[in-house]
Amino acid sequence: MSTSSTQNRLEIRCLGKDPRGQRFLNDAYDLGLTRLQEINVVDVYFFLGDLDTKETVALEKILVDPLLECVSWGTTTPVCDHFVETALHTGVTDSPSHQLQRISSRLGLGIEDVTTAKRFEISGTLNSDELELLVRKLLANPVIEYWSIDSPITPVVLAGSATTLTSVQWVPLALNASDEQLQKLNVERGLALDIEEMRAVREHYLGLGARDIELEAIAQTWSEHCAHKTFRASITTDSGQVLQSLINQLRTTTDTIAAPFVVSSFVGNAGVISFVEGTTIALKCETHNHPSAVEPFGGANTGVGGVIRDVLGASHLPIACTNILCFGPPDTPGSDLPDGVFHPRRIRAGVVAGIADYGNKIGLPTVAGAVLYDPGYTANPLVYAGCIGVAYGKYVAEAPQPGDRVVVLGGRTGRDGLRGATFSSMTMDATTGDVAGASVQIGDPITEKLLIDVLGRGQHLFRTITDCGAGGLSSAIGEMAEGVGAEVELSGLPLKYPGLSPWEIWLSEAQERMVVAVKDVKPLQDACNTYGIECTDIGVFTGDGRLVVRNHGDIIFDLDTEFLHNGRPQRQMDAIMPTPNRMEMSREEFETVFGDIDIVSCLKQLLQHPNISSKEAIIHRYDHEIRGATLVRPLVGAQLDGHADGVVLAEPLDTHGIAIGIGVNPWFGVLDPERMALSVVDEAIRNVVSVGADPDKIALLDNFSWGDPRRQTTLGHLVAAVRGCCTAALKFSAPFVSGKDSLNNEYFGSDGERHSVPPTLVITAVGHVPDANATVTPDLKEVSNVLIVLGSTSCEFGASHLAKILNLSYSGVVPNSDDNAPVRYRVLHKAIRNGLIRSCHDVSEGGIAVAVAEMAIGGRLGVDMSQCGFATDPQWLFSESNSRFIVEVAPKDVSTVLELFADSCCVLGTVTEKDVLQFSLHQAVSVGELCNLWKTSK
Amino acid sequence: MEDIEIMMSPVAAVLCAPGTNRDADVSFALQQAGARPVTFLMADIVAEPSRIDAADILVIAGGFSYADALGAGRLFAVELQDSIGDRIASAIKQSRPVIGICNGFQTLVRMGILPGPNQPAALGHNDAGVFDCRWIEMEPVSKKCIWTRYLTQNIACPIAHGEGRFTAKDSTLASLKENDQVALRYVNGNPNGSVYDIAGVCDDSGVVLGLMPHPENHVVARQHPQFHRGGSGGLGLALFQEGVNYVCK
Repeated sequence: MSTSSTQNRLEIRCLGKDPRGQRFLNDAYDLGLTRLQEINVVDVYFFLGDLDTKETVALEKILVDPLLECVSWGTTTPVCDHFVETALHTGVTDSPSHQLQRISSRLGLGIEDVTTAKRFEISGTLNSDELELLVRKLLANPVIEYWSIDSPITPVVLAGSATTLTSVQWVPLALNASDEQLQKLNVERGLALDIEEMRAVREHYLGLGARDIELEAIAQTWSEHCAHKTFRASITTDSGQVLQSLINQLRTTTDTIAAPFVVSSFVGNAGVISFVEGTTIALKCETHNHPSAVEPFGGANTGVGGVIRDVLGASHLPIACTNILCFGPPDTPGSDLPDGVFHPRRIRAGVVAGIADYGNKIGLPTVAGAVLYDPGYTANPLVYAGCIGVAYGKYVAEAPQPGDRVVVLGGRTGRDGLRGATFSSMTMDATTGDVAGASVQIGDPITEKLLIDVLGRGQHLFRTITDCGAGGLSSAIGEMAEGVGAEVELSGLPLKYPGLSPWEIWLSEAQERMVVAVKDVKPLQDACNTYGIECTDIGVFTGDGRLVVRNHGDIIFDLDTEFLHNGRPQRQMDAIMPTPNRMEMSREEFETVFGDIDIVSCLKQLLQHPNISSKEAIIHRYDHEIRGATLVRPLVGAQLDGHADGVVLAEPLDTHGIAIGIGVNPWFGVLDPERMALSVVDEAIRNVVSVGADPDKIALLDNFSWGDPRRQTTLGHLVAAVRGCCTAALKFSAPFVSGKDSLNNEYFGSDGERHSVPPTLVITAVGHVPDANATVTPDLKEVSNVLIVLGSTSCEFGASHLAKILNLSYSGVVPNSDDNAPVRYRVLHKAIRNGLIRSCHDVSEGGIAVAVAEMAIGGRLGVDMSQCGFATDPQWLFSESNSRFIVEVAPKDVSTVLELFADSCCVLGTVTEKDVLQFSLHQAVSVGELCNLWKTSK
Repeated sequence: MEDIEIMMSPVAAVLCAPGTNRDADVSFALQQAGARPVTFLMADIVAEPSRIDAADILVIAGGFSYADALGAGRLFAVELQDSIGDRIASAIKQSRPVIGICNGFQTLVRMGILPGPNQPAALGHNDAGVFDCRWIEMEPVSKKCIWTRYLTQNIACPIAHGEGRFTAKDSTLASLKENDQVALRYVNGNPNGSVYDIAGVCDDSGVVLGLMPHPENHVVARQHPQFHRGGSGGLGLALFQEGVNYVCK
């Protein structure tokens, strides 16, 4: 702020208790700061301008509700032991100050500038180290904020940011530059390229040197994040076999299946399918792992925003969001945390809030997901965000034509997110949060909502569209210009603040921007004006194949798009293939390894395990009702607290719908990545079939989060997992239509050890639901109905949850795939269509015992299993064999259903009104008790 | 014949700010109730305020107007007051029904339209301090409110808000009860800590209703959360039909 005008400070306090303060206090206790007594949050605003009474009254009227808040001008002396004030770094999305500036100028208030801050008033004894810990781990995040302890904060100058404008720099690149010199350049500029790639760059420039911005753009385009170098690599296994690239293996599988409902796979921003004539569906799932580790709220928040733009970039209107979240155990002791790592509960709170904030505000239901906990995620939390969209009419993917204008829509460009693509392709260490700060941003869902509204007006407004994600304009325009070429001028682009270098503009990953190719800008401009969205014509698609960028007329970038996109040498990689144990345990061995098992106590422990226990608290944070199309909800049952297997979306008046299901099991992956892939594809498909999807109309998404693939065993695991994916897809004739990999999810701890995530493959299944009325939930429905187990159970306990709660290091084999599964799923679907199935639940973590308990909890009914010979056999109750369901059938339909499934089914028991799961005469447990345990776990 | 029917169906103006997001849902509900919903973006309203005068029903839809950046509904209230405050006042005077749902309710309260000029009230942060989406049941209690007076069934529908705790001084609450302005009350559980379990209130005339829950998300029977358990009834559609019937009386 300039000093000529008065700076006015306004503090707003909650009357009564402030729930925000209570939440911080709870989290502080988790950090071990148990001597804290109270944290009170005060909102602080700084106004620049000579305010008169009329203006202060007007501001108070907008900002304060006298029934809820009290206000004071100036700096108050807090009645507490310490206070901390935090404020956002310049350029971080700050909606309150943006909105205040807008409304002030609209109402004619004489305010030159506004910034916001927060004050935390802290009561309790803390030494300076504890105070520092509280601030760094809880109250503020250096990635987006700065702070002041025990003294009022001074807001940072906003206007006229003092960075000097740097012009283009030529980077010398001699033709005879040695590998050492190339490597030095690589590290100095943070390019994160392979040495072979650096050599290709050297050859391309013929010894003439490169513009710095071109090197940055090449690094972005060729980054693991953008170019998927591992998935495109030529891989040689330890047995000397040279494999087709992983991406081509998946593509070939989809081509072989040749499903008629696939419209577009593995090209563009999202996969596109069509189950009903005239309607297409776009699917996409992305990861936002590294950003969520360093700034959980912003990372997850912009992850959701990004995947929604992917669907928009495929010319579809988003209708629903999904997410899969992996965190460290919630009870991790604070002292076990590596340096620079937030506590898993702090990360979880931030991630969930970030997802909720974006989805709820943009107005999309967040419907399906999973939450997993494992120590392997403590330093590397994983955040998968998915989005589904629809379009009506014929789907045509057009390329830009020479003469089309290059138009940027949406948010303004700032210094945010610089080098996000290269950042996410690097291994993190304790300083990552500090140095990579600019890589994470806070989203602005309202701007993106307006983008959806504008683009929803019709495809006639543009020819081609793509989103600005990792790599910013460089990546978006670079991709669109592939083959055709483009020439753009950066100086007209609206900026968040002055002082940006051209390369920063070109590579900025500022959120909520789309690039379109349009023949006629006027109609698009008009539509944008209506919604208040900025729309800037920055250039033209030329037809000469070169990408030329100018700043005030000077060429700052000139590169052949052929080199940019196809000049990267294919990576050559070596893999050591895993040799998993495939010997199934005998009954005797099982009894030796697992010992004497008490069924009831194991079931109780399983239901309290964070991977199995209720996710209700998180689900309620997401609006899953908006659009009125969530037919099978994430929460179902007698008390609306049971968890559905999958969700079904059906527009209120449509007869058909789509089902969405998730499959994930990293623990299988550690032991046997191929069987993990088989299992999680099966699980995702089970989850949509069990709610009513047609098993012959299912499309899949694959998302891999892995460690560093340059470690040969890690790559071997990846190769095995992809093989499993292809086998499973072929078996079910369920094609992959899109996928994404996030590699290098590793962390160098200050202990010098490498921390890697468990191999985490997330499969999303989207299936056609032909009859919205013939959909099923897993909660038990009616007394006297009969429960039948479909599928066969083997002694498959490898990485099972039973082994987890018993802390067994050796637990046998990972479940194999069941060749009869496709036939079984078709028969089940027919039975659901014919109204024979009253409830249906897939069997996964914790086996039949957990599945039947979940059904009983959902329906608040009991089950008598005392007539079933297997119900006292722990091997049968807890095995995690694939391809199984438990179905509830009315007594009159039992013989029909048993006949349909012939020898791969057995009667489990009868639904009772007693609050009891009765395994045998002497083994029983109260459903109410199980429910409490399941719901109260942290 | 069909033309005549279209002529008869009342026009409902659905007012939207940037960030309003349940406009499509409420438009669908209004359509099912027999009205003709027309979306009015804030930019349209500012450009030609008088168009609003032709509407038979005014609807302020739910969402996050202006990102709720300065508190729920606060900026939308300022914008509406500044652009069409007088026109909304005269619509109420002419007994044209007005409804504000969720963010729309927050907006009407901030404008001082609800509950009334000398009845200050506010919608504070939920007791739990976080956004909450869950199904609730509410009982129509006001015989003065034109939206609820003939309703015979409780309505089941979701809430989806972070700032829905209805707050008022004891004296205001007493006058609301006395004056039959408590339109809807939560039953079988109060999700946000609202005083006297208030889910919705009307103004003194009974033509303006504000409520936090979303009846527009329970318009067809299949949307019932226990549809798969044979659950039915409690359609939110009934509320919109009351508004339409009042105009067509």
